[in-house]
Amino acid sequence: MKDMMPKFDLFQPADIETALKLLDKYGAKAWKMAGGQDSLDWFKDRAKRPDAVIDLSGIEALKGIRETAAGLEIGAMTTLAEIAANPIVKEKFGLLATAAGRVASPQIRTVGTIGGNVSQDARCWYYRSGLDCYRAGGNTCYAGTPQGMNREHCLFGASRCVAVTPSDTAPVMVALEAEFVIRSSKGERVLPADKYFIGPAVNITHMTVLEPGDILMTIRIPSKWAGAKFYYEKVADRNTWDFPLVNVASAMKVKADGVIEDIRIVCGAVECVPRRLNAVEDIVKGSPQNEDTATLAASSAARGAAPLNFNHFKIPLMENLVKRAIRDS
Amino acid sequence: MAYSLIGKDFTPPDVRAKVTGKAKYAEDFRVEGMVFVKLLLSPMPNAKVRKIDTAEALKMKGVVGILLPEDVPSFPFPRDPILSMEPKYVGQPILAIAAEDESTAAEALEKIKIEYEPLPFTVDPLQSLYPGGPDAYPDVNVGVRGIPEAKKIKWTAKDFADAGDTKLPMGQPLAEWTVGDLDKGFGEAQLVMDETFVTASNSHHSMEPRSAMAYWQNGKCYFHVSTQSQSYPLPLYAELIGVAPKDLVMISEFCGGGFGSKGSAYVVATIPAHLSKKINRPCMMRLTRAEEYFLGSRRTGIQGRIKIGFRKDGRITAADIYVVQQNGATEGFPDFRNVGAALSLVYQPMNMRWRGISVFTNLPLSTAQRGPGQNQLACMMEPLLDKAARELKLDRLAIRSINAPTTGSKSEERQTPVSSAYISEALMASAAKFGWDEKKKLSGQRKGSKVTGIGVGRAYHPAGSSGFDGLLVIRPDGKIHIHTGIGNLGTYSYAATSRVAAEILGCNWDNVVLERGRTDNNLPWNNGQFGSNTSFTMSRTNYVAAMDAKQKLQEIAAQTLGGKPEDYVVADEKVTAKSDAAKSMTFADAAKKAIELGGKYSGKEIAPELNDLTKRSVEALAGSGLIGVAKDTIPMKDHVPAMAAAFMHIELDVETGKWQILDYVATADCGTVLHPKGLASQIRGGGVMGIGMAGLERVVYDPQNGLPANVGFYQSKPPSYLDVPSEMQVGWVDKPDPQNPVGVKGIGEPLMGCAASALLSAISDALGGHYFNRTPVMPDMIVNAAAKRPQSHKVLAVNTQ
Repeated sequence: MKDMMPKFDLFQPADIETALKLLDKYGAKAWKMAGGQDSLDWFKDRAKRPDAVIDLSGIEALKGIRETAAGLEIGAMTTLAEIAANPIVKEKFGLLATAAGRVASPQIRTVGTIGGNVSQDARCWYYRSGLDCYRAGGNTCYAGTPQGMNREHCLFGASRCVAVTPSDTAPVMVALEAEFVIRSSKGERVLPADKYFIGPAVNITHMTVLEPGDILMTIRIPSKWAGAKFYYEKVADRNTWDFPLVNVASAMKVKADGVIEDIRIVCGAVECVPRRLNAVEDIVKGSPQNEDTATLAASSAARGAAPLNFNHFKIPLMENLVKRAIRDS
Repeated sequence: MAYSLIGKDFTPPDVRAKVTGKAKYAEDFRVEGMVFVKLLLSPMPNAKVRKIDTAEALKMKGVVGILLPEDVPSFPFPRDPILSMEPKYVGQPILAIAAEDESTAAEALEKIKIEYEPLPFTVDPLQSLYPGGPDAYPDVNVGVRGIPEAKKIKWTAKDFADAGDTKLPMGQPLAEWTVGDLDKGFGEAQLVMDETFVTASNSHHSMEPRSAMAYWQNGKCYFHVSTQSQSYPLPLYAELIGVAPKDLVMISEFCGGGFGSKGSAYVVATIPAHLSKKINRPCMMRLTRAEEYFLGSRRTGIQGRIKIGFRKDGRITAADIYVVQQNGATEGFPDFRNVGAALSLVYQPMNMRWRGISVFTNLPLSTAQRGPGQNQLACMMEPLLDKAARELKLDRLAIRSINAPTTGSKSEERQTPVSSAYISEALMASAAKFGWDEKKKLSGQRKGSKVTGIGVGRAYHPAGSSGFDGLLVIRPDGKIHIHTGIGNLGTYSYAATSRVAAEILGCNWDNVVLERGRTDNNLPWNNGQFGSNTSFTMSRTNYVAAMDAKQKLQEIAAQTLGGKPEDYVVADEKVTAKSDAAKSMTFADAAKKAIELGGKYSGKEIAPELNDLTKRSVEALAGSGLIGVAKDTIPMKDHVPAMAAAFMHIELDVETGKWQILDYVATADCGTVLHPKGLASQIRGGGVMGIGMAGLERVVYDPQNGLPANVGFYQSKPPSYLDVPSEMQVGWVDKPDPQNPVGVKGIGEPLMGCAASALLSAISDALGGHYFNRTPVMPDMIVNAAAKRPQSHKVLAVNTQ
C-alpha cells in the first residue's frame, strides 16, 4: 500500500517551547516534520506511523540566515532555495550555496529545509519499501546479500546495514566544520558536524544523534573557511530530482605560491555518514595544487573500500571526484 | 497537392481545457453515492492464497463492500485475470475493497488477514529455460498472446554450457522463420559478428496513473476510464465487464498519456464496474503512482543474440537473430517477433533467420510500449552498425544507406513490399541539418575530462491499418459533425485526421463539430490509438466518409436541381452545378433534403458492411441530417512503414560517466504531413522518451524476493528537463504514401527509437568504440567502462540497471 497516509494528530506550534513540550508528551510516538519532503513519503507509504506530527514550519526562530562575529548561523528551518540564493552564503561559503542548489528539484528546494536535508533518513530502496530490515528495527539486511541490488549503497562502514547518507549538504557541513545546535527540554547542546551524523555501528535505526525530544535549532558555520577555495560536485543519474551516486565537498586554502596549506575534503553517498578523507588531506597538505597532487590524492581516496555486488563503480567515481576537487577548485 | 487544411497548423479543440485545468480526466468525476476502491496487492512474486479473513475489515465504519476473485469472471490463460487467488507477481491484485473514502479503504486493507503459500518464482527467463529451473506456472513456461498454446520448453544444460556465460544460449525456440540461405550469406561475408545483448523492460511512465469510475443505471454501465483508444476497446471492456457493448457507455474525453499501456482494454479498469454492480454504488478507483508500476504494464525485456555478416562494402549478407523475451506473468506482447520483423525491414539482410521464445516470468504484465520490439532492436542494431563500420573502415552513413530499404523493398517471412520508404532521405536530411561532415571530425576529441561523441540512430514501426469505418453528419444548420472513435491519447491526431474529411468536403474548419469522448456520442468503429496507425488509418476512414457524403450531396443536388450527380462539384460548403453556378445548394439545404429523402441519405438505410458499432451509431443519428458513412475498403496490400533518423552530438565526461546532449536532429519519414505542430511535438516528445530509454530509466528487480526497486519517478528516473536538450531540431521528408488517399503515414513510435539508438551510438563513439550491448547505459556503467573496470552485471543478467 502506497500513497495513502494513515491518520495522525497534527500540531503546528508557533514557538520552540510549545514544540518541546509536545515532543516530551508524545516521546517516541512523535514525529518532527521540517519541510515534509522526507516525512510525507514515509507517511504516504504507511511505513512510519507516528501518533503526532509536530510541524516545525510555524516557528520563526528556526528560520533565517544571520551573520555573527564567529561566522554564520542558519536556522534549521531555512529553505534550501533561500540558502542557495543568499548573497552572504554565496560570497563566503559558496560551497554550501552550490550544494543546496543541487538538492532534488526546484520544487523540493522551495519547501525543503537545511535541517531536514542534513537529518533525512536513508534512501535504501529495501528500507523504503517497508521491509523489516535492521534499520527498520528488524533483524536482516536485504541489500547487503550476494544477490542484493545495491548500486547506491556503501563502500565503507557497513555494519549489518549498508545504506548511505543521501544528503547533498551534509558533506559540506563536515567540510566547513559546522556546529549543530540542538535543544531539548533539558537544555541546549552543540555538536561538531562529524559528531551529528552516526553510522549503523553506533545506532542502526538513526542517522543522526537527534533523540525523540530533540530539535535541531541552528547550524553554525565558523568563519574559518570563509572565502576558501571550494569544490562541490554531485554525480547523479539525472541532473535534477535525484540523489547522489557520490558527491564531494572540499574547502582548501592555497598559498600564493600555489601550495595547499590546509584542506578538508568529504564525500557523501559512500558511507552511512559523510566520509571525511583524512588520508587525502594529509597527502595534499604542503603540496602544490596541480594534476600530479590531485592524481596522487585520488589514488588513496577510496582506500579500504569494500564494494558490494553493484557499486564498485563508486571507487573510480570517488577517486575522480577527489581528483577534480583538488585539481579544479 | 495544395490543401487548405492538411499540412496546416490549427488549435485542437481540447487544448484550452487542458491548459486551463478544466479538462476532466477519469478521476475527476464525482457522482452521487460514489465510493472509493482500493486494491489489495500480492506481496509475493508467486503464491497461492490459502485463506482470506475479511471480517475485521468489513466491520469497519465506512467500509461498504469487497470484491473477491470468486466475484469476477475468469478468462482462459494466458489472459490477465481481474483478481487472483494465485498471484504471479508482486503487485497483482487479489481483492478490492470499497469504502466511503480512500483513507478508510486503505486502513481496511490492512485489517484483512491473508495466508499465502509461497511458491518458487523467477524474474529471469533463462532461469526458467534452464533444466529444473523455477517456472512461473507448474505446467507451462513459454507463451504469449497471439500464440494459441502455452507450453513447457526447457533447454538442455548443454545448450547453456555451449554458450558459456557471455553468449546467449540458443535452445529450442517457440517460433522461427527463415528467408534465403544463411550459410550462403555468411559464406559471402567479409566480417561476421556474434553479439549478445540485453534490453530493459521500462515502465510506460504515463503522467496520469490509470483510473476508472463506474456505475450502473437502467441496465447500462457508465464507465469513465483512462484510455488511449475509444471505440476499439469497447467490445473488449464489454466482455470483461459482462455487459452487451450497446449497454456500455465508455467515457474518456482526455487521457494523460499511455504510450501503449492504455491502448487496448486493461483488466484492472473493470474492477470498479464489477464492484459497483455488486454493491450498487458508483465506484471510483484511482491507482497510485506506485501501483502504476505494478499494474500499468511495461515494455518487454529482451535477451538476444545476433550473428551478422557484412560484405566489404557494408552490405549485410546474413543475419541470424535469436530473441528471448521476458513476457511477464500473463498475456504479454509479441515484441520478440517485432524485433525480427524490424531487422528484416530496416536492415534488409540478404538472408535471414529469426528465432524467438517468450518466457513467462513472475513480473508484471508487459504490453506494447512505443515501438515494442522495434525500439529494442534499434538500440541494439544502430551501435552494432557503428561497430561494423569501424571494423570495415566504412563511413557510418554509408553502412546505413547501403542496407536501407527503399519503396518496394520486401521484408519478413512473407516478403511483403513496403508502400513507401524514405529512411535514407530522412537520414541525409538530418545529416545535412546536423552538419555531419564537420561534426564527425569532432568524434573522440577530448577537452579535459570531456570527450565528444557523435551518434546516429534510426527506428521503424508499422504505420497504418485499414478496414475501419468513417462517419459524419451534415446537419440542417450547415454544421458538419465529424464522429471520431479513435481516442485522445494526447497527440491531437483525433482532430488532425478529422480535418481530412473537412478537406475533402471543402468545408470551413470553424463549421466542424467533433463528436468524440464518449461512446454514446454515436462513434464509428475505429482502430485503437496505438501502433503509430492513427494518422494513416483515420485519414482513410475520414476520407471514405467524406467521399460518401460528397457522393450523396451530388446525388441530392441532381435529384433536386436536375442533371446527373457528376455534373455537380462540392466546395465551399455548397454543391454546385459545374455549368451553372446558380444551380447550387448549401450544405444546410442538402442536409434538410437528405432528411426528407430518408433512406441512405439520412441514415435510415444502413450499409451491411459496416461494423455493428457503427451501425448502432448511424441508427441513433438517422434522420438528423445527411449521413456520410463508409467502411474503409481502399486497397492496402503493401506494408506501410514509419521511419525516422536522428543525430546526436554529446559531450561525455569520462570521470563522472555523465553526458550532455549538445545537439539533436531528427527527421521523420511519415508521408504527407497532417499537422506540423503536432508532428514536431511528437519528434521532441519521442526524443525525450528515447533519451530516457537509452540512458536514464532504471529497471531493477531483486532476484531474491521479486520486488521492484523502482516504484516512484525518483527511483525509475525518466528524463528531467535538465537531462534533455532545450532545443531539438525537427524535420520531415514529406513524401506521400501511395496507400493513403492523402499520402499520410503514422510516426509516433520510431521517434523514440531513433533518439534512443542515437544516444547509445554517441556514448559508444565517445568511448572510442566501447559497445555495451545493453539498454539502458547508466552512468555507473560508463564510469566502469572509462576506468576499464568490469561491469557489475553479468552479460545476460536482467533487471539490473
